[in-house]
Amino acid sequence: MSAIEGMEAAVHHEEHAHHHEAQSFWQKYVFSEDHKVIAKQYLITGILWAVIGISMSVIFRIQLGMPDSNLSWLRPLFGNWISETGKLDPNFYLALVTMHGTIMVFFVLTAGLSGTFSNFLIPLQIGARDMASGFMNMLSYWFFFLASVIMFASLFLQTGPAAGGWVIYPPLSALPQAHPGSGMGMTLWLVSMALFIVSQLLGGINYITTVINLRTRGMSFDRLPLTIWSFLITAILGLISFPVLFSSVLLLIFDRHFGTSFYLSEIYINGEALPNVGGSPILFQHLFWFLGHPEVYIVLLPGLGITSEVIATNSRKPIFGYRAMIASMLGIAFLAFIVWAHHMFVTGMNPFLGSVFMFLTLIIAVPSAVKGFNYITTLWKGNIVFTPGMLFAIGMVSLFVSGGLTGIILGNSALDIQLHDTYFVVAHFHLVMGAASAFGLFAGVYHWFPKMFGKMMNRTLGQIHFWFTFVGIYLIFIPMHYVGIAGFPRRYYQFTSYDFTHKFMDMNMFITVAAILSFLAQFIFLYNFFSSIFRGKTAPQNPWRSNTLEWTTPIVPGHGNWEGEIPAVYRWSYDYSKPGATEDFIPQNIPYSQTLESNFPHENELIATEKEIAAQNFNDQFNQAH
Amino acid sequence: MYFIIAIVALVFVVLTGVVISRLQGVLTSVKKPESADAVPEGNSWNGAMFIVILVAAVIGITWSYLHAREHFLPIASSVHGRRTDDLFWFSMGILTIPFAFVNFLIFFFAWKYQYKKGNKASFYPDNHKLELIWTIIPAIVMAMLVFTGWKAWSDITSDAPADAEVIEITGKQFNWIVRYGGVSDNKLGNYNYKLIDAQNEVGIDLSDENSFDDFLNPTEMHIPVNRPVLLKIRARDVLHSVFIPHMRVKMDAVPGMPTKFWFVPDKTTAQMRADLNDPNFKYEIACTEVCGQGHFSMKLNLVVEDEASYKKWCAEQTTFLQTYPEYLAKVPDNLKAKAMKGLPAETTTPADTAKTASVGGGMGTSAALR
Repeated sequence: MSAIEGMEAAVHHEEHAHHHEAQSFWQKYVFSEDHKVIAKQYLITGILWAVIGISMSVIFRIQLGMPDSNLSWLRPLFGNWISETGKLDPNFYLALVTMHGTIMVFFVLTAGLSGTFSNFLIPLQIGARDMASGFMNMLSYWFFFLASVIMFASLFLQTGPAAGGWVIYPPLSALPQAHPGSGMGMTLWLVSMALFIVSQLLGGINYITTVINLRTRGMSFDRLPLTIWSFLITAILGLISFPVLFSSVLLLIFDRHFGTSFYLSEIYINGEALPNVGGSPILFQHLFWFLGHPEVYIVLLPGLGITSEVIATNSRKPIFGYRAMIASMLGIAFLAFIVWAHHMFVTGMNPFLGSVFMFLTLIIAVPSAVKGFNYITTLWKGNIVFTPGMLFAIGMVSLFVSGGLTGIILGNSALDIQLHDTYFVVAHFHLVMGAASAFGLFAGVYHWFPKMFGKMMNRTLGQIHFWFTFVGIYLIFIPMHYVGIAGFPRRYYQFTSYDFTHKFMDMNMFITVAAILSFLAQFIFLYNFFSSIFRGKTAPQNPWRSNTLEWTTPIVPGHGNWEGEIPAVYRWSYDYSKPGATEDFIPQNIPYSQTLESNFPHENELIATEKEIAAQNFNDQFNQAH
Repeated sequence: MYFIIAIVALVFVVLTGVVISRLQGVLTSVKKPESADAVPEGNSWNGAMFIVILVAAVIGITWSYLHAREHFLPIASSVHGRRTDDLFWFSMGILTIPFAFVNFLIFFFAWKYQYKKGNKASFYPDNHKLELIWTIIPAIVMAMLVFTGWKAWSDITSDAPADAEVIEITGKQFNWIVRYGGVSDNKLGNYNYKLIDAQNEVGIDLSDENSFDDFLNPTEMHIPVNRPVLLKIRARDVLHSVFIPHMRVKMDAVPGMPTKFWFVPDKTTAQMRADLNDPNFKYEIACTEVCGQGHFSMKLNLVVEDEASYKKWCAEQTTFLQTYPEYLAKVPDNLKAKAMKGLPAETTTPADTAKTASVGGGMGTSAALR
């Protein structure tokens, strides 16, 4: 109880600061402590980053697929990075690849996805007035913003932004003389990431605390929507793994600026033998992937949680195997920490260690398979409504399964020898982590847009957007597997130097065309998103006829989310199409005593506990404050 | 090539057509007042799209696979390579089953169970038997794949046979340098990165007598066929990675941490030329760890030849000391006689000792054969 009381004291303080004074514009929309505003800030920032990140990929896809094309039209934007003859500079190519990876993984799919929906949905779905600490939450966004500004600034350096791949392996990233991008660009990358990690930790601590302490009356852990479970597990993963990235970044900063030798040993470069001995570049890789692998799940789990919720709602069916879904997420989260070295099979690491990591890696396929099958069984005998959110959720399952399966090949160390660092890997992780998570993001935006802005997005445009994106993603990444099987290495500026890459010119062009078309299709979304904020139809109270608590708030929830008391919760969030019920959904705040016609025997027993639940009120921050 | 572009374009045009025709239908229906249980907007065409895309995907994937197959890597030219290839296609075969099955179910169910007026979804929250089945079956399949993969992996990464031909390959920005143990002792001499200079590119330590007959080659690597070859892999500046696609060989080159990889090539370059009917075929070595601007062109040609031609080629190479006789100055006095064997008489006068004597003096060097 003491923890809860401590929290209440903090909240109490906050209430006094906010509840009684009218908020200025700055407090309300910029330095806001309201979780809904912060969520929107994360979302808009994430969308802007996504536009930048995906545009970069289009530019280097043009370089790979149409190497003869004249890029002079980009000179006004990129200046001398495009040569007089319209050719992309090879150093700039590497910078584009690096920044595309960094931006998409960290700024779009970590901050944009988890930051948006954890912030938006945790208080609304667990029945809380706001996050445990609104101030920390605000700090979290502004640290992210600062990180964004610094990373963005690095794009405009004369020597270019960081360019050693998004994994920034030293010594390349540690030695400015090895590559122009390893100078100021890398310094800014490291500073930006350090701030980003601070932001993630401030956010993550808040998410965990809020879910544990601020659930409303009756919202036991086994009644939490799967979205909240996924955000909780994601936050725990981030809390454990991001500090390790922080330490590896810090040691790299020491190596770069203070002459230490954590990652450097026996290097001769530019006619000079460096004094550093005794360090190990492999150490960095271990530290990096100790974050890097859980990061994959930090990106993916929120998408899986959103998908669970959207699929259940729009199939009008309870999610199949609720407990198995939680167990498999916990299993994936645990295993995520002990598989990192499968990224390092061919680094010269002890082969026995490779065997251990291969074994652990392939175990992850089991909980993932359970999730896949549970989604499919949820669709089975449903009554499916193809809202844009639902389409993206279905697409997400397909991409997750298709991309996940090739992971079984790559997790096999004997097969990884040939495929490591080829386009097979690129295709694999773009499907399972990039596209699948992005689809989770889209599903979430379409599904919760009415709650965020009180308006509806255009449904038909959303459906069109889905089909172009879904088909486009497969058209890009299935051929990319073929290119990978042929042994094409990734991060190559062009494929003209080798005989073994002197083929598949048409395939690479095909991929590029598909990528450009899929990119263009995203403007349908952008138009739909921004125009609907201002001109969309006003949303009804519960547009998807959903069970979760956020739909019991006013259409545009104000400060504190609910007017009057926070609703109590009496049932899980998946009572869709219950036999005997007149409607095909029963929201979580409806007590069993009002649904006698559809109760199961064990639920009738729970009626006795309802009075007790209704009487509790220790988590309402407003009640405490007054 | 344009044929394929045309097909993509066609797919998108058809999609656009479908979408626009639907859009018009939708726009006219928008004006009608919505009743509570009308079919949700756009539901039927989206349901139909799942079947359309499913059929298109089956055709597209099958056709593209058959089309692309000829460009996949040719049959491996090493013993372990054929084994991992078999394992790869076996695993891919197994995985195609769940890929097709699961995606079929997703698309089919989406279409089959789309909203129907008056229909009610079945309340089906769990079934322990089903969950158990799809936990155990993937677990068994995984166990099988792990076991076959693990056996292959431990054989490939086991210690090289004693008769292996040992060759050192060093990566630097942006080329590879190959060093051989030499014809008289066939042992690689020690090295030290502090001894590296413009000529001595891999830091050969000339105080080690094994290094006297070492020879370097920055443009070509020759290896004998049907004999284990052990690559000793080093990097001079940043990470590189030795990738020999046809041999199914890949291993990172790490500054400060020598790595190794051994394999048995069993097809000579000449045989491959005959097999592929391509007189210009060359084995190639590439870099697969990003190392800077020239990463994409860090090429070294590889020649696989029979034992006799290999021996002959080795004998024709000039040793490091023959190429740069001035390095004799770094050879300790008691070994000078041995080092001078094989050097032309006029070059054997020791070079200016004062110039080079101090470099690297007293420094420990790494044994190449550790």
